[in-house]
Parts: sequence; structure tokens; C-alpha cells
Amino acid sequence: MARNASSFRSKYRAAADHIVTGLATLATALVVVPLVAIFVYLLLKGASSLNLDFFIKNPVPEGESGGGMANAIVGSGVLLGIASLIGVPIGIGAGIYLAEFGRGTKLANAIRFTADVLNGVPSIVMGLAAYSLIVIPQRHFSALSGGVALGIMMIPTVARTSEEMLLMVPDMIREAALGLGLSNWRSVLSITVRTASPGIITGCMLAFARVAGETAPLIFTALGNAFWSVNPNREIEALPLQIWVYATGPYEDQHRLAWAGALVLIVLIVLAVSLVRYVTSRGVLKGAS
Amino acid sequence: MTRIRFQQSLDQLKENLLVMAGLAEQAIQRAIEAYRVRDLSICDLVSRSEVAINRLERDIDQEALDLLAMEQPMAIDLRFILSVIKINADLERVGDSAKSISERVRNMEQMPAVSELPVDIPRMATLSAEMVRKSLQSFIDADPELARAVLMMDDAVDTMNRAAYKSLTKVMEEQSHIAPQALNALMICRALERVADHATNIAEDVIFWVEGSDVRHHKSVLAQRQSTEARG
Amino acid sequence: MGVGIEVSGLNAWYGTNHTLQDINLNIPANHATALIGPSGCGKSTFVRCLNRMHETNPIARVTGTVRIGDMDIYNDAKPVEIRRRVGMVFQRPNPFPTMSIYDNVASGLKLNGYKNKRSLDEIVERSLKNSALWDEVKDDLKSKSGASLSGGQQQRLCIARALAVDPEVLLMDEPASALDPVSTSKIEDLIFQLKSQYTIVIVTHNMQQAARVAEKTGFFLNGRMVEFDSTHKIFTNPSDKRTEDYITGRFG
Repeated sequence: MARNASSFRSKYRAAADHIVTGLATLATALVVVPLVAIFVYLLLKGASSLNLDFFIKNPVPEGESGGGMANAIVGSGVLLGIASLIGVPIGIGAGIYLAEFGRGTKLANAIRFTADVLNGVPSIVMGLAAYSLIVIPQRHFSALSGGVALGIMMIPTVARTSEEMLLMVPDMIREAALGLGLSNWRSVLSITVRTASPGIITGCMLAFARVAGETAPLIFTALGNAFWSVNPNREIEALPLQIWVYATGPYEDQHRLAWAGALVLIVLIVLAVSLVRYVTSRGVLKGAS
Repeated sequence: MTRIRFQQSLDQLKENLLVMAGLAEQAIQRAIEAYRVRDLSICDLVSRSEVAINRLERDIDQEALDLLAMEQPMAIDLRFILSVIKINADLERVGDSAKSISERVRNMEQMPAVSELPVDIPRMATLSAEMVRKSLQSFIDADPELARAVLMMDDAVDTMNRAAYKSLTKVMEEQSHIAPQALNALMICRALERVADHATNIAEDVIFWVEGSDVRHHKSVLAQRQSTEARG
Repeated sequence: MGVGIEVSGLNAWYGTNHTLQDINLNIPANHATALIGPSGCGKSTFVRCLNRMHETNPIARVTGTVRIGDMDIYNDAKPVEIRRRVGMVFQRPNPFPTMSIYDNVASGLKLNGYKNKRSLDEIVERSLKNSALWDEVKDDLKSKSGASLSGGQQQRLCIARALAVDPEVLLMDEPASALDPVSTSKIEDLIFQLKSQYTIVIVTHNMQQAARVAEKTGFFLNGRMVEFDSTHKIFTNPSDKRTEDYITGRFG
């Protein structure tokens, strides 16, 4: 009798094991499949419109065919450059403060709370804020205001991931540095931050990838520019902005360009992240964690 | 209380040593009795207990060695085990002395009896046996004061032994017909003096165990103490 | 050369917890001194007071005097200066994981602004030789990271790193407790050699280790130092019953 009972239990356990494994696999598929589907769809719809002109020509007037999105690609680059110059240093600085100097203080809690709230602000509101703070006083639209909007959106992600990564550095590393007679800030910068840098960089890349595709903040700030421009003080074009304008317009040519643009946007983001990964992994030693 | 098993092992070691002590003490008592009544059957008993004593000595040494190796004893535990090993050896020698005495008694039976030899072997024997008794009691009770009392008794035995040597050698020179008996008596005195020495060693080991002080040159220590007491 | 350490009236608190009570002792120069005692007795706190590492905890407080050589470390100098004279090796080996072996050893110097490359090479080599690690790593100095070594090697690397700044005192907080017996023996042999150049204070749970390497031993219990004497006396015939109970393992 006992033997039957125990073999039933073990059969039950084996069956439960299989079911749960199956569910987990299904969940993974539910995540991966849409990603792959989107990419394949973009590939199908956009690849046919890709040619050299796309990358070197500016848009042609509405109604005409041909032209490209060169200015949008470059414009996104400028905007993201400005955004990174704002988002990365401030974000990492905040992360360092939260993890190393302000642990447990009320100020740190306030900063963390603020960052979380900022993270939840709708991107269009961010754009409106930049509009009120920069565009109106300056009386003109600019890449600068767009970059600022995007930069501020980067800060919470960079700050929180930096804090997490820094907190993951074991205390005994900090103690080792202090025990050698290094000053507190020197220990933080040269030892702790350096140890956490792979994770911090990942945080920056996450923030970068997110704002690279943001459109709403750019509507009232960068505005868009039909012509080639890299001047931070003038209006500037951006890929997501251009894609939105074309996709919501009536012209078939522009629709095709929009698909191509979407494909190019994703590919460029992936390339940028991979490049940073590659460059930073070159300096890592054999066996380093 | 931690290390209960270790404490039990130490208690067991002490028990075994006391069994050994009992056998050694019994051997000496029997040897002295054999001398007193000249009973050869008692001599046989002494010879046979020698086997048991030797076996116990080996067992106790092995037990002590195991404890040293496996338990890393420190301080008082270490001193205790060291003392056990040394007392073990002294007890075995006491057994040897008992055997030696019983051999002398056997020898003397084969010679014509002699009425009076100028030596008080019974008194020496009583004193030596008492020293053994007291030194073992000081071990059982972990009593360094009692051990010190044993140390003081050694002088008396030494004195008696030296006197016996003088008078018996005189007998051997002047009355050569009873020289063999005198020689036997002298050897019994020597054996009793050695028993007293072993009792002294046991007492010194007890003091080392309990107090951690090495009083092996005790005569100078005692002399120092007596002179400071006289002054103070 | 090592210097002696004089501690008088040392009291330490973590918040309201009176961790060390009225500690007085003299640690001799160029000797190894062991500190033993049950968990939570304060010996690690005490050692951290000797290089002001306990101050890394914001609720820590200290009264009393600690003189290292002729310097009163609480009034005459800043913590950073003290820690360059008093090196520390921790219980778990903690080499900097992103740095090479060379950079680990040189970190105390390089990160403090030391620039002379040639003498840096010499110092790294000498420190690794002094910690008996040179032969095992001399071909991989710049290509392997500090974290790629075995546990025992990592700890010797940490010792080399501490020695490279040329301290006068070396504090070791249970340096071999995370290591296997062979590595432990290597570290103990090392301490023996280092004694002639540095003053060594070693916290250990392992009494046999204290007996093997230290001339003097201090027994801590509940934040007080109960007995401080030659190692030989502590382990063969201690004066205080509490010391004896601890080293014979009899508690309760």
C-alpha cells in the first residue's frame, strides 16, 4: 500500500514538474515572439524602401517621391548627444550620492522618491515642461530644448540603476580601499564606481535606448526641420518625430519611408548599444568579475 | 556545559589511573606483608599482579595519547593529562619495587633465619606505604597541600635508608656468615626508598597539575619557604 | 620597522551599545600579538579602533587614547594618515576585482598619487616576495585580475597590497579563517617572517593559531580585556578562571 502511495506521489511530482516547465516556456515564448514578430514585420515592410538615398538625402516636398531621412538620423544623434550630456552625469552623480554618501538619509529618500515620480511623468508632459522653461523664454524652438527634455527623462533610469549597481559592490571592497588610507571620495570613484561600471553603463544604455525612440517630448521643443541642421539653437529633425509625421500623413511615399525609418531606428539603437558594450569589454582582464 | 564528552573522557582516564594505583598500592602492601610473615604464597600474588599492572600502564598511556591528539587540551586539561602519564610511569615502578621486595623475601626463605638485623624495615615500610597512600589521595582530591605533606615525609625515609646502609654494611663486614641476609635486607631497604621517591614524584605531579608550578627541586623550594617563615 | 602600540582607557560605542569597556594594554613592537575571545566579545571592534576603521560606521564613538609609536592617533592625525601607517588584512580576501595583480598591489600607492613607475615596479615585486606570492604570479602580473587567484593566493595578495604602502603596523582580522590548512600554514609562516619588520596584531578564533604565531595573547570577553600575557602562560596556566574556561572550551 505504502509503495503505491509513494510512487503515485513521485508520478504526481514529475507531472507537476513538466507542467510548470511548459508554462515557463510558454511565458518565454509570449515575450520573445512579439519582439521577433515586430522586427520581422518591420524588416518586411521597410527593407524594400531602403536605399542609399535614405541615408544621404533630406526629405523632398510633400507629394514628391524619393528623398531620405539623413537629417533625421543626424538630428537624432544631436538630440541624443545633448540628452546624454545631461542625463548621464547627473544620473550617475545622483546614483553615487544615493549609494555612497547619503545612505539612509532623508535627503536620499527624497531624491529617490523624486526620481521615481519623474520616471512616471508622461513624456508629453516632459516636452511641455521643456517648452515652458526653454522655448518660451528663448522665443524659438531648438534642439537644445528637445535634448534637455530627453536628458531629464534619462536621469531617473540612470540614477536608479547606478545606485543598484553600486550597492551591489560588496562592502568589503570599500573597506579594503579605506584600509589602505584612501580618502572617501577617492575610494568611491576609483574603486567602487570602477567595480560597478559595467552595470552603470548598462543603466545608461537602457536610458539611452528608451529616449532614442521618444517622440512626444520633441513635438513642442525640437519641432522638426525639413532641412539639414545640426545647430542646437535651431529646430532639428529626429527619426521618431519624422516617422510619426510621415506615418500619420496621407502620402504613400512617406508611409514607405516611415517603415524604413522605424527599421533603421531600431537597428541604430541596437548598433549603438553593442558598440558601447564592445568598447567597454575590451578593457576587462582575464578572470575579472 | 560544553565539551561534555571530553570531560567524561578525562574522568574515565582518572578512573583507570586509580585502578592502576589500587593495584600498585596493593602490590606494595602485599610485599610488605610477605616480608612480615614470610609467606611465599603472597609472593606469588605479587608476581602475578605485575602482569596486570604492565598491561594497564600501556592502556593508560595510549588513552592519554589519544586525548592529546584528538582533543587539543589546553591549560589545566593539558597539565592533567601530562601528570597522568607521569604518575602512570611511577605507579608501574612501584609495582616493580613490590616485585623486587617479594623476590628478596623468597630469597631470604632459602637462607637460615637471622634473629635480629639492626634495621627497622617494618617502620620504613609503613612510612613508604603511607607516602604512597597519601600521594594517591592527593591525586584523588586534587589537593596540593596534602601533596606537599608527602614531599616533607621523604626526608625521613632517606635518613632511615642511609642509616640502614651504614649498619648493614657493617654487619656484612663483621659478621660475614650472615652477609647474604644482610644484603637482602639492604636491597629491601633500597626498594622501599625507591617507593618513597616514586610517591614523591606523584605528589610533585599533582602540584604541577593543580597549580601549574613545577616543584621538582622541591627541597630548595621547601627550604626557601621554611627560611622565609622563620624570618617572618 | 615596527612600533609599539599603547592603549589606555579605550572605550567604544556603536550607538548606545558599549562595545569596548576600559581597555588598557601595551602591544610590543616587532612582535605578533594575538587577540582571542568568543564571538561578539569586542576583539574585532578593538582592532578597528587601532586604525580608526570603526569610524566608517556613522554611529561609532570612541574615548580614550591610542598611541602608535609617538602619535596619538585620535588627536594628532586624520584617519587617512593613520591608515597609511597601519595596514589591515580582512577575514575574507578582498582584492579589487577589476584590477590586475600588479594594480592591486600598487593601488595603495598609485591611488594616492605616487607616480614613479620604476620604483613602483620594485615595490610591487618586493611586496609580493614578502608575502610569498611572487613566484606564483610573476608572469601574470598585468594580465590576470586579482579575483582570478585561489582563496589562499588572494589573501596573500591582500597582504602584499597592505605591505606595499610600507606600514609600521599590520592588523589582521582572522586572516586565515576562510582558508584551507595548507594556505593557513603559509600565512602563519609569513607572519613569522614579517614579525621582524612590522608589529602584527592578529585576531583569531583559532587558539592553536595564536599559540603558533604570537608571543603575547590577549583574551577579550564581553567588551573587556580579561587577561593579557605571554602566549605560553595563557595557554598552559592562565591567571583568570574565565580565560581558562574559554581556552579549555568549557562554557555554561
